Amino acid sequence: MGKVETVKSLSKNSVKKEQYSLSSQEYLKLYYFMRLTREFEESILKLYRQGKIVGGAYTGNGNEATAVGSAFALEKQDYLFPMHRDMGAHLVKGQSLRHLMLQHLARGNSLSKGRDGTGHYADPRLRIYGNISHLAAMIPMAAGVALASKLRKEKVVALTYIGDGGSNVGDVHESLAMASVMKLPLILIIENNQFAYSTPVAKQKAMEKYSDRAMGYGIPGFTIDGTDIDQVYSTCKQAVERARRGEGPTLIESVTMRMHGHSAHDGAEYVPKTLLAEWKKKDPVHRIEKLLIEKKILTPTIKEEYEKKLFAELEDATQFAVGSPFPPGEEAAIGVYAD
Amino acid sequence: MANITYIEAISKGLWEEMERDKSVFLIGEDIGPFGGAFKVTKGFIQHFGEDRVVDTVLAETAILGAATGAAVVGMRPVAEIQFADFVTTGFSQLVNNTASIHYRWHVPCPMVVRLPSGAGIHGGPFHSRNPEAWFFHQPGLKIVAPSTPYDAKGLIKAAIRDNNPVLYLEHKRLYRHIKGEVPETDYIVEIGKGDVKREGRDISVITYGSMVHMALEAAEILQNEIGLSIEVLDLRSLMPLDTELIYSSVRKTGKVLIAHEDNITGGIGGEISALINENCFQYLDAPIKRIGAIDTPTPYSPPLEEFFLPNTKKVVVALKELAAF
Repeated sequence: MGKVETVKSLSKNSVKKEQYSLSSQEYLKLYYFMRLTREFEESILKLYRQGKIVGGAYTGNGNEATAVGSAFALEKQDYLFPMHRDMGAHLVKGQSLRHLMLQHLARGNSLSKGRDGTGHYADPRLRIYGNISHLAAMIPMAAGVALASKLRKEKVVALTYIGDGGSNVGDVHESLAMASVMKLPLILIIENNQFAYSTPVAKQKAMEKYSDRAMGYGIPGFTIDGTDIDQVYSTCKQAVERARRGEGPTLIESVTMRMHGHSAHDGAEYVPKTLLAEWKKKDPVHRIEKLLIEKKILTPTIKEEYEKKLFAELEDATQFAVGSPFPPGEEAAIGVYAD
Repeated sequence: MANITYIEAISKGLWEEMERDKSVFLIGEDIGPFGGAFKVTKGFIQHFGEDRVVDTVLAETAILGAATGAAVVGMRPVAEIQFADFVTTGFSQLVNNTASIHYRWHVPCPMVVRLPSGAGIHGGPFHSRNPEAWFFHQPGLKIVAPSTPYDAKGLIKAAIRDNNPVLYLEHKRLYRHIKGEVPETDYIVEIGKGDVKREGRDISVITYGSMVHMALEAAEILQNEIGLSIEVLDLRSLMPLDTELIYSSVRKTGKVLIAHEDNITGGIGGEISALINENCFQYLDAPIKRIGAIDTPTPYSPPLEEFFLPNTKKVVVALKELAAF
């Protein structure tokens, strides 16, 4: 098949994008979470190479600003439906490294009790509902949580994500069709990270921007630089506030790059080296670090202090998880039904 | 007691549960002012309002996914799929997501999916499905299939109160054809409990849904014609099955006919047969017999549909063969 011709964006950009500023303390928090996300995933890869992770290992390298900045726009009472490249969102919403590590290591004391791995768990206490592998299947569920919020008049919003590939699955369309008509408090971020496994984004869509799809639902759509923490936070905050006001869903296309393979087994030889080199310059973790140094928010002392803290937290979580037992085999037979 | 139709019994059960528990709400296509394709929810939106009777866009995955999401955060949605046939559009949501939530997340998912099912109404290939076998194979779902107004009301109430996803199969042909006594007072029919609709000594007919009535007719005919004593066991719940009741009936009669309207191959009758074989082999006096629709899509033209479906006459023939064995 030849190159897919892209149709120029039809959006008139009639929705004004508002700017929300962040305080120094908030910037530092975002920096910490982004660093923690990056280092956590590096630890996961290390454990994978050591053969300690029995299944797949996925990272969101390149997606840290999107995951962290979007979840940062939520309040405690809001619902999060993260995908597999959004480890940073789990952390921002309050998930502990110990729990995330236990999940990856399939331990009996993990939140799923070893029934599923990685970010596939729910923690109602923190209002985090992790994905299943049919990623798009979570969008109708997130819409349902948003519907419950609307019916109960709670002013609580639901934030969820999908990839450039996953966005083509029918569930996404059905959810947006429903959420837009019902004006549900739902925010969907399409994480356009250039590749769906080995398929480049040019073979996933014929329109210019994923946000063009918003027009078809009569809802606001934005395309943003997903490596820019200010843009991510500001756009998500605007969407969250709109949702909370009862004005309905927003579709945000966050343009990033999947810097690693689809999962740890995948060398991603199909990704042009030049493309990676180009995106490397926009590494979101480096970008926020540079930004905070320029703003004189991040000092060498703070950086050192943060690194000490995050490596200690990681070491603790790894030791704790590695030392935790697998579930007893016979536990497989229980819990299919609730009492 | 009131003498009401099967469809009225479903409506009454839904209404009473919505009055009883504010977390119960209805979601589906055309269920609001229109009252649903079969009018099960007629008058509901006027009484309960738009926040309890949620009309949706035409999108079954969104309906089932939204119900799942709302259930996980503490509501008790009752989703109406206009015809059971269309549940296939939301199949992934139900079998991948909904069914496994409690096992993976340790969070209850209390929701009901109402599935107007069954043939014999000239609905053709796409308005006649009996979808139970697809879901019977998926751990995590409960399935009920009432045959009488009493069971219809008691089971819809039990399904709504259950902390698991329950598929509620309501047979379209029974809607206005079957009437029965139904208490006005609150009661439930426990999920997982079958019911002997007619006691007998010679042969057990294990069945559910519309076939219960054919089995009862056949039993009456054979009693009068040749003095055969047929027991009719109405499963009512397909998942979980009331295996104790099945086995006690088999131990008594020693001969078994399993009858369902769904087509034979891969139908749940095969599983019931295997269970009896494993647990009651020494009590059997004849090979287990099955009757169901033939293995084709549901045809439209009346003579074709009649040939396709099981009926009272075919049940009588099968029972006579068993009696002669």
